[in-house]
Amino acid sequence: MTDLTNLGVKDIRDGVDSGEFTAREVAEAFNAAVAEAASLNAFIVTTPDHALAAADAVDAKRAKGDDLGKMGGVPIGMKDLFATKGVQTTAASHILEGFNPQYESTVSQNLWDAGAGMLGKLNLDQFAMGSSNETSYFGNVNSPWRKAGSNAAMSPGGSSGGSSSAVAARIAPAATGTDTGGSIRQPAAFTGICGIKPTYGRCSRWGVVAFASSLDQAGPMAHTVEDCAIMLEAMAGFDPKDATSLKMDVPAWEAGLSADLKGKRIGIPKEYRMDGTDEEILKSWEQGKEWLRDAGAEIVDVSLPHTKYALPAYYIVAPAEASSNLARYDGVRYGLRDLPDGAGLQDMYAATRAEGFGDEVKRRILIGTYVLSAGFYDAYYNQAQKVRTLVSRDFAEAFAQCDAILAPTTPTASFPLGSLNDDPLTMYLNDVFAVPASLAGLPAMSVPATVNADGLPLGLQIVGKPFDEQGVLNAGLAIQQRARFDAKPEKWW
Amino acid sequence: MSTYRIQGATGEWEVVIGLEVHAQVTSKAKLFSGASTAFGAEPNTQVSLVDAAMPGMLPVPNAECIRQAVRTGMAIEAQINKYSRFDRKNYFYADLPQGYQISQLYHPIVGEGQLLIEADEKAGIAEDKVIGIERIHVEQDAGKLMHDQHPTMSYVDLNRSGVALMEIVSKPDMRSPAEAGAYVRKLRSILRYVGSCDGNMEEGSMRADVNVSVRKPGEEFGTRTETKNVNSVRFVMQVIEYEANRQVDVLENGGTVDQETRLFDPNTGTTRTMRSKEDAHDYRYFPDPDLLPLELEDAFLEECRASLPELPDAKRQRYESELGLTPYNARELTAEVETFGRFETLLAATAAKIGKPEAKVATQVANWALSVAPGVMKSLGDEADPSNATAEAQASILAMQDKGEISGGQAKEIYEIVLKTGRDPEEVAETEGLKQVSDTGAIEAAIDQIIANNADKVEEYRGGKDKLFGFFVGQTMKAMQGKANPAVVNQILKDKLG
Repeated sequence: MTDLTNLGVKDIRDGVDSGEFTAREVAEAFNAAVAEAASLNAFIVTTPDHALAAADAVDAKRAKGDDLGKMGGVPIGMKDLFATKGVQTTAASHILEGFNPQYESTVSQNLWDAGAGMLGKLNLDQFAMGSSNETSYFGNVNSPWRKAGSNAAMSPGGSSGGSSSAVAARIAPAATGTDTGGSIRQPAAFTGICGIKPTYGRCSRWGVVAFASSLDQAGPMAHTVEDCAIMLEAMAGFDPKDATSLKMDVPAWEAGLSADLKGKRIGIPKEYRMDGTDEEILKSWEQGKEWLRDAGAEIVDVSLPHTKYALPAYYIVAPAEASSNLARYDGVRYGLRDLPDGAGLQDMYAATRAEGFGDEVKRRILIGTYVLSAGFYDAYYNQAQKVRTLVSRDFAEAFAQCDAILAPTTPTASFPLGSLNDDPLTMYLNDVFAVPASLAGLPAMSVPATVNADGLPLGLQIVGKPFDEQGVLNAGLAIQQRARFDAKPEKWW
Repeated sequence: MSTYRIQGATGEWEVVIGLEVHAQVTSKAKLFSGASTAFGAEPNTQVSLVDAAMPGMLPVPNAECIRQAVRTGMAIEAQINKYSRFDRKNYFYADLPQGYQISQLYHPIVGEGQLLIEADEKAGIAEDKVIGIERIHVEQDAGKLMHDQHPTMSYVDLNRSGVALMEIVSKPDMRSPAEAGAYVRKLRSILRYVGSCDGNMEEGSMRADVNVSVRKPGEEFGTRTETKNVNSVRFVMQVIEYEANRQVDVLENGGTVDQETRLFDPNTGTTRTMRSKEDAHDYRYFPDPDLLPLELEDAFLEECRASLPELPDAKRQRYESELGLTPYNARELTAEVETFGRFETLLAATAAKIGKPEAKVATQVANWALSVAPGVMKSLGDEADPSNATAEAQASILAMQDKGEISGGQAKEIYEIVLKTGRDPEEVAETEGLKQVSDTGAIEAAIDQIIANNADKVEEYRGGKDKLFGFFVGQTMKAMQGKANPAVVNQILKDKLG
C-alpha cells in the first residue's frame, strides 16, 4: 500500500469512499507522522483520539452505506486560533494557556460535520501577529524546508506557520489557516503548498480568536488547488452568529474547477514591481503570466495606484482593532491571572497582561492604542480607513478591465529563523503583496510556482473579484497544472 | 420663561440643565446576545458566552431592541436615522468583560426630537414648554460589582452585562428642578406608553446623568458638572438644587466650576467629585468592526410607526375635545399607562352597560376613576381586595347610579362591600337595601302623610315661603329612610304642593 501520508484531501476522501483504505488507517498513519515530527514544533497539542474517533465514525457510516461528507475520513490540523470544545485553545499565547473552551468554532464544527477529524492544534504566531512564526509562546515552528547545503532552521512563514509546516512536512494532509494580512498566503508560499483566503465573510469568525475583526478570514491550506476547493466548501457558509457573515450559498467550487481560462483576462498590477523584490520572484511572476496565457487567458496591465499606502494603512487598522479585541484578556474570567500580593484591579490587569502577552502582541496593542487616542485618531485611524477605501476602489477599477490579478505572494523566499527578529519593519514588509487584498476583503490564493536557487519554494498569488473564489481557484489550477510543482522537503525531522 | 432663580450675594443666577437618561429597553433578550434580561435572577445565571466575552465570541444585533429604539424616537417626533453604526468605547473595568462598551457615538440611530412639558403652576412651571432632545443612541449595559460578598475580594455579576439601553440626551433646555422633574416624568410616561422601557427607576431600568451649570440671566452658559446615575425624579431635582447652589457659592467666592463627573449621595442629598477632567478616560471610540452599519428599510420604519399607540399629548387632547373632560381630569388620566388603561376599560364597560355613547358618560366615569373609587379604596385600606375592583363591577355601579337606582352615597357603600367581598353590585344593592325608592306610590303615600301632618307649613309655602321646599324634601327623605330617589321626590312634592 502507498504511504498514506503522501496523499492529500481529495485522494484520501476518494480512497476512503472507494474502500481502498479505511479512514482509521489514514488517521493512524498521520497520527504516527505527527508523533515523529515533534522537532518541527508544528503542534501545540496533538489530539490523536479525536482523529481516530472521527475516522471510526466515517468508517461506520461507510459500512452502513451513508454519505461520508465532503471531507469524509480526512484528518486535518487545526490552527490554534479556532476554539475547539474541550481542547486547549491558546492563540499561541501564555495568557490563554490552559483555556479549554466550552464551545466549538463554526468553521471547525463545519469540518467535523463534513467528516474531517483533528490531528491536533497547530502552532502559530501569538494571536496571529507575525510573519515568521517566531512570536508563539510555545516556541518557533520550523519549516521542513532548508536551504540547499545548510542546516539553518528556516521560517515556515506566519502566522499560520504550524499549518504550513505540517502540510509541507506531510504530517497533515491539510490544515486550517486564518489570514488577516497574508497569514495563509505567505506561509503557503514559503512552504510550497496552496492556501486560499476567501472573500471576507465567507467563513464564519464565530469561535475564532479575534485579531483584527474587519480583516480576519479563515481558509484552507493544502497540497493542491482541488484540495483547497474541497476544504473551503466544507468550511464556508452563512452563520447567523457572525454579523459580518455573507448571506450567500456556498458554490460547488470543486465541481466548478476548470483550468481553461479562455476569455478570461488576467491583470498584472504595475505597482507590485517594487524595489527589493527578489529577482527570482520577478522571474517566477513572468513565468506565471506565460502559464496563464498558455491556459487561454489574456494578460493585461492594470494599475493599483494606492498599493504603497496599503501596508502602512494595514499596520494602523489591524493594531487598532487588535488593541480593542485583546482587552478581554484581563485575568478576570478565564486564562492567566497574575494577582500580586495586595494588588488591586489595575495592578492585576497590568501584571496579567505583562506576563501573558508576548512582545509582538504588546507592540501592536501599543500601536493600536496610540492610533485610536484622542488627538491622533483623525491623523492615523481615520486616514488609514480612507486609504483602505481607496485601495478597495483601486481593485474595483482594475476589475473593470480584468477577471483576476496575478502577483507574487511575497517579496522574498523563506528566511532563517531569527534573521529578522531585530527588524520588525522588514518583517512587516513580508506581507506587502498580501495586505492589499486583505484590506479590500477579496479572495486571494497562493499557489506554488517553483523553487529558487537555494531550493526554497516560491509562490504566485491570484486575487479575485468579491465572491469569485471560483475564478481564483481556476487560475490557480491553471498554474498548478503547468508549474507541476513536485519539490518536497528532505526529511530531517 | 422659567422664573426659577438662585438668589446669590451678587444677584440672581439662572440654572441650566441637560439630562442624559439611560432607559433599559424592554426586550426578552440582550442587545447582542440571546441571554435573558430578567431582573432579580441569581448572579451570573443570565450570561451567554458573548456577554462573558469569551474568546472568539461575536455580537449580533437584536432586532427587537433596534425596533424599540426607533419607536421611541418616533414617539418624541425625532428624526430616525436610516443609517447608524455601532462604536466601541474602550476602557478597562471588571464589570465590562469585553474591555469595551458597544455604543453609538458618531452615528446614533435617532437624531433630534422634542418633548412637551405642561404648565403646572403648583410646581412653578408657568406655561407649556418644549424641551429639545439631541439624540437617542443604543448601547450595552455593564455588569455589576458586589463588594459585600467577601472580606478582601469583589465579586462580579454579569447578569446585566450586554442588556440594551437607550441613552436619551436632552438639550440644555431646562431651567429649574421642576422642569427637569416634569421632563423625566413625561419621558417615563412616553416610554411606558410606547412599551420600550418599563420605567422602573427602583430596579435601575431608568437612571439619569444630570448636567448642571449656572449663569447670570442672559449670559453665556457656565461650566457644567455631570452627576451620574441618579435613580429617581426626586433625586434628580435634589441634585440640581444642590449643584446649582454649590456652583453659585463657588463662583461668588471667586472660584471656578470644574468640568467634572460627580456622584450623588442620597443619604445626605449632596454630590461629590468622582473624577475630574484631567482623569477623564480616553475612550478611543472607533467603529465596531464586528458589526455592519445598521441600515433601516422603509417597510421596517412603517411597521414601527404603525405599531405606535396613541401618545400622551394626543390622548389628553382627545379626552378634552371628544370626551369633554376637564383639562385637569384629562391630564391626570393620561399621565400613566395604567391610569388611562383602567379608565378606558371602565369607560367602555360603563357606556355599554348604560347604552349611551362614551362621551355621554365620560365625565361621570372620570370622576369615579380619579376621585370616588380611589377614595373608597383608600378608606378601606387592607380590607379591600384590589382584585375585586373589576371594570365589570364598577360599570354596573355606575349604571345603577346613572339610572337613578342608587345615590352617590349608596354607590360608595356598594363599592365598599364589593371591594371587601367580591359580591355582585346589583345583588348587594338589592340584598342590603341600598337602593333608592323610585316607586311613586310609596313616595306619594309618605308625602301625603307629611302634608297632612304639617298643614301650617304647607300654608306658609303656598303663601310664598319657597325655602320651605327643602323642609318637605328632608321630611320625605327621612320618612323614606334616605332611600327615595331625590328627583322623584322633588317632582311629586312640586306636584302636590302646587
